[in-house]
Amino acid sequence: MADAAVKPQPSATGATRLKIEGLNAYYGESHVLHGVDIEVKRGEVVALLGRNGAGKTSTLRSIMGLVGRRTGSIVFDGVETLKLAPHRIARLGIGYVPEERGIFASLNVQENLMLPPVIKPGGMSVPDIFTLFPNLKERLYSPGTKLSGGEQQMLAIARILRSGADFILLDEPTEGLAPVIVQQIGAAVRRLKESGMTMIVVEQSIHFVSTIADRFYVMEDGHVADTMTAAELAANRDRLVTYLGV
Amino acid sequence: MFELLGIPPQALFGQLLLGLINGSFYALLSLGLAVIFGMLNVINFAHGALYMVGAFVAWYLMQYLGIGYWGALILTPVVVGALGLVIEKTMLRHLYKLDHLYGLLLTFGLALILEGGFKYQYGVSGQSYPVPAALSGGTNLGFMFLPFYRGWVVALSIVVCIATWYAIEKTRLGSYLRAATENPKLVQAFGINVPVMITMTYGAGVALAGLAGVMAAPIYSVNPLMGSNLIIVVFAVVVIGGMGSIFGAVASGYLLGLMEGLTKVFLPEASNIVVFLIMVVVLLLRPAGLFGRER
Repeated sequence: MADAAVKPQPSATGATRLKIEGLNAYYGESHVLHGVDIEVKRGEVVALLGRNGAGKTSTLRSIMGLVGRRTGSIVFDGVETLKLAPHRIARLGIGYVPEERGIFASLNVQENLMLPPVIKPGGMSVPDIFTLFPNLKERLYSPGTKLSGGEQQMLAIARILRSGADFILLDEPTEGLAPVIVQQIGAAVRRLKESGMTMIVVEQSIHFVSTIADRFYVMEDGHVADTMTAAELAANRDRLVTYLGV
Repeated sequence: MFELLGIPPQALFGQLLLGLINGSFYALLSLGLAVIFGMLNVINFAHGALYMVGAFVAWYLMQYLGIGYWGALILTPVVVGALGLVIEKTMLRHLYKLDHLYGLLLTFGLALILEGGFKYQYGVSGQSYPVPAALSGGTNLGFMFLPFYRGWVVALSIVVCIATWYAIEKTRLGSYLRAATENPKLVQAFGINVPVMITMTYGAGVALAGLAGVMAAPIYSVNPLMGSNLIIVVFAVVVIGGMGSIFGAVASGYLLGLMEGLTKVFLPEASNIVVFLIMVVVLLLRPAGLFGRER
């Protein structure tokens, strides 16, 4: 009875937001995902680990509907998205930060930031974004691709925060960035987690995600080879190293 | 009066005005082609035919509904634009996954069908379309005679080109368009309905051709072949300006019109080939065009 009095916090983990079952994906003739099962609950940060070509990026692209042909099931907030066009999927509240960052060369920084339409109320205001990423404010009128790699990554995250998306797909946010920039991105991602954002983060190395993810899926050859929670991570480090091995 | 290299000023400025008029049509048409190519990756060979259809729509409106030039100026782009929406939705849409060449072939076929249909119905002698009463006559500027209607055509085309450039480069909708030109899938993944945007872009691009058709009706006769006469030069203009460059399409449209006019004064025999000579030189020296970027 006492439990009923406790109001659910928006950041509390609980209800399933995303449930992927038996997902197969194809690029033309090549079959890239073989029966992927992933579940993400509200407020969770889930990391997809695996070697290059294991199917991590293809999984994110499948969620957004950007892969040619898919079978199986991807249910987001109770809606089957397999037959939806990408813009309809985004409008359910999913924000996508692609691996190549996707900053537009013909748009300046401000236009890049304002490009994604607001899909849900509660997005971050522009002044708040500048507090989080002060570098962007200095460069508002530069062409988007004139920014450094780290600044482009900040911009790619910032524009999604403005849109009000509360389920974020982050594809290799630290790839190719200097350690000091990685720290800055890490701090930003941690803040988002604290604010109750649900996230899937794709990484090749466990270093960056080990401090922020609640659960880990290890992918290999287009399917999920292993899963573990943050608590189990330390005990399983050796096993992980074999999966990700150099 | 002064003379320039033995050329009387009346002849020089007269030809320059003629060049500027032609340049206005080059600019309007190559602008639409550039917008369509940027977004759809389709080289719209039907553009000249749709310009011709625009002139005929204006003529129909006057002939059968008694709607004059000013009404046609508003209604024709709407009608031709709607025709564009149908073409995109029923035909072009199915070709995006294939090579550029298929879009070009489809629109080339459409151009032949449209021109053949109108030629069958009306022959090639042309229908006359009067200059609107408010713009008949002209004024002597001292160095040349300026017919009001021709001045209006140059002014209107400049306004339309600047407005289109502004809409694409400086507005929010324009930023969607530029972004979708670079990476349509990602823009769609942000929640923007890119397929609808593509349809609307084709509609707007051919509406510009329709508008040019109305503007041309009182100058050239309304003729089934008026589009194919013009479109070859316009393609050369687009190549010279640089594929997909909005500013390049407009600037090279006016520039080449003026070059043609000048050539008519100094070397009339070469006036029909000067644009193509420039195209050859530009392609050899800068394959991406004067204002284009290599991709």
